[in-house]
Amino acid sequence: MALSREQLAMRVARELQDGYYVNLGIGIPTLVANYVPEEMEVMLQSENGLLGMGPFPTEEQLDADMINAGKQTVTAITGASIFNSAESFAMIRGGHVDLTVLGAFEVDVEGNIASWMIPGKLVKGMGGAMDLVAGAENIIVTMTHASKSGASKLLARCTLPLTGAGCIHKVVTDLAYVEINDGRFWLKERAPGVSVDEIVGKTAGEMIAPDVVPEMEF
Amino acid sequence: MSGFDKVVNTYDEALDGIRDGMTVIAGGFGLCGIPEGCIAQVRKMGIRELTVVSNNCGVDDFGLGLLLEDKQIKKMISSYVGENALFEEQLLNGELEVELTPQGTLAEKMRAGGAGIPAFYTATGYGTPVGEGKEVREFNGRKYILEESIVGDFALVKGWKADRYGNVIYRHTAQNFNPMAATAGRITVVEVEQVVEPGELEPAHIQTPGIYVDRLIQGRFEKRIEQRTITE
Repeated sequence: MALSREQLAMRVARELQDGYYVNLGIGIPTLVANYVPEEMEVMLQSENGLLGMGPFPTEEQLDADMINAGKQTVTAITGASIFNSAESFAMIRGGHVDLTVLGAFEVDVEGNIASWMIPGKLVKGMGGAMDLVAGAENIIVTMTHASKSGASKLLARCTLPLTGAGCIHKVVTDLAYVEINDGRFWLKERAPGVSVDEIVGKTAGEMIAPDVVPEMEF
Repeated sequence: MSGFDKVVNTYDEALDGIRDGMTVIAGGFGLCGIPEGCIAQVRKMGIRELTVVSNNCGVDDFGLGLLLEDKQIKKMISSYVGENALFEEQLLNGELEVELTPQGTLAEKMRAGGAGIPAFYTATGYGTPVGEGKEVREFNGRKYILEESIVGDFALVKGWKADRYGNVIYRHTAQNFNPMAATAGRITVVEVEQVVEPGELEPAHIQTPGIYVDRLIQGRFEKRIEQRTITE
C-alpha cells in the first residue's frame, strides 16, 4: 500500500533529532510537526521571521501581527524568537537550519529539484524555496512517486524549471525512501506491501536497489 | 521643534514629492505589517507607472492590491504574488510586469541597498531561471550568482511604536521586511500605531534607528487577517 499523507509525515519525522531547528514547507511537510516524538525538543522556523512556531491560536490568542510563512495565524512557543526577513534568510542561507522539508514536482539523479513553476500555468513565485534549497545541508523532499496519470517524478533529468541544482539527497515518496548520490537514486526503504519492482518501474531515473530492501513499519 | 523631530501630521506631508515612475519599497509579508495609510495615500494621489518592491502584492481589495484597481503599478518585484484576480488579469494582458525574486534574495537586496553595497553573490537561484543572464563566480568550489541591490525613491514602512526622533520598534512578525525597507529608501516614511516621546523606548530595543527615518506619522490600522486559523 502506498503511504498516506500522515504516514509520509511520520516517516519524515523519524529524521528529526533532539535540538533540531527545522523549516517545514507547505502541505505534507507541515504535517511532520504532528509527529515530533514527545521526549524530543524541536524548534520550527518560519521564514517570515519566527523561530519557535507554536500551534494555531485560540480565539483569545488570535493576533493579526502573528503569522507564519503560509500567512496563517499562529502562536510562538516559550523560548521563541522573532526577527526580520534578512536575519531569517541569514539563518537559512548560512546553513544554520538543521533540517528542511519541502514538496516538489520533480527531482532527478543529479539532486536537482523543480517545485515552483509549470510553464504555461500562472506562476505565483518561489517564495523562500530557492533560498531554502540553496542554504540547507539537510533537505528532505516529500512527494508522490508518480503523478496521477502515472508519470514518474523521479527522473534522469528534471523537465521543469529548477528551484535548485544539485542540492537534494533524500526523498520520501508514498512508495519509498530514496537517497540521491553519484548520479543515481538508491532505494533504501519501501512502503509496506510495495514491491521493489513496482518502485523501480515507477522511477524514470537510474535506480540501484539492494537485494533486500527493508519495509517501513508504522 | 527639534531638528530630529520626524513627525508629520498628514499623509499629504508624509508622501510629499512622490511622483509617477518612481520605485517604491514597501514592508510587509502578506497583509501582516503593511503600511496601510501610505498605500491609501498613493492610491488617493493617483501616482502611476510605479515600480513596487514588496514581498507580495496584497489581495484584491486590500494592501498593495488597491493600487491595481486604477493600474498604478507598472512593475512588481516580489517573491510570491497572485493572491488576487486583478493581478492575474493585468499580468496576463501585459499591463503589469513581474520580476520574481527569491524571498531571501529580496530581503538581502534591500539590506544591501540600505548598507551601501551595490551587489552581492548568493547561491540562491544558481542553475534556475533566476540565475539566467547573471554573472556566476565560484568560491570554495561552489557556484554563486551576482545579485544587484535595490534602493527605492520612497520606502513605506509599518512600525508598532516610534519616538518623535523616528526610533522604531516592531510588533511580532509584523516586523518582516520593514527594517530592511526602512534603510533602503531615499525618503523613508514610517507609519506607526503610537508615537511616543524620546526616552520612552529603551535605546537597546530600537530595531530601526531614527537616522534611517525621514518622516513619521501615527496611523490607524485595520490589520486584516489573510488566513484566519484557530485551534478549537
